[in-house]
Amino acid sequence: MSLDTPLHRVQGLGSSHSGVTHFWRQRVTAVALIPLVLWFGYAVLRLVGGSMIDTLTFFSHPLNAVLMATFMVILLYHMVLGLQVVIDDYVPSPGAKIALLLLSRAFALAIAGACIISLLRIVI
Amino acid sequence: MTDQVHGAARRERPRSPHFTIYRWPVTMATSITHRVTGLGLSAGTLLIAWWLVSIQFGPDLYIPFSNFVGSIFGQVILFGFVWALAYHFCNGIRHLAWDLGYGFNVRTAHWTGILVYVLSVLLAIAAFAWVYLVKGLSPL
Repeated sequence: MSLDTPLHRVQGLGSSHSGVTHFWRQRVTAVALIPLVLWFGYAVLRLVGGSMIDTLTFFSHPLNAVLMATFMVILLYHMVLGLQVVIDDYVPSPGAKIALLLLSRAFALAIAGACIISLLRIVI
Repeated sequence: MTDQVHGAARRERPRSPHFTIYRWPVTMATSITHRVTGLGLSAGTLLIAWWLVSIQFGPDLYIPFSNFVGSIFGQVILFGFVWALAYHFCNGIRHLAWDLGYGFNVRTAHWTGILVYVLSVLLAIAAFAWVYLVKGLSPL
């Protein structure tokens, strides 16, 4: 006899209540980050040693600003998913777990906000 | 009295195998390193944000950033960040290959693990060597 409700069974989401969503998103962001990391490496190696003005000129090009913002957003999303796995694995207490999950998301939003606003102010 | 005996016995009792007594297989080390570099890169996002905010804000913030990045401590942190990024990138591709069903053979997983370590260190050294030697920046 199963104690699952028919709804629970038909949803097929298992004990995580989210099915394969987390796993899948982590892979999609990972694949997206392959070209973006290569571009970021190119950008940093090109800018390193240059002046502040060189860097401003580089990011004032809309393509570079958009690529940098995309890189940061996808990176931070991938980070949130990764940190969630670590927190789920090592933090047994529900209270501390929820606090850390919220903290990691708040951190990601703060970093994303700082980066995007900076890029916007450079471009505009 | 009996409680003390129990307590002592409990302390002496052998534990179930724990990671400190294993000889680490390469695959275990690469997995743990993937996590640790992921955590390190999470902290590293602060550095990227500091960089973007400071170039936008102007010399008041950019000069402290520039001084930090140019210091010995900053260069060590930066090397760690570059290596962690190279490692997480290479090992991430290894993970994606596994997700597609490739490279699960024990010998293959062992050698791709060693390859990832070697490649990531070479990439990090190459990046710094290029900046120091080709771009001609003074190391400090």
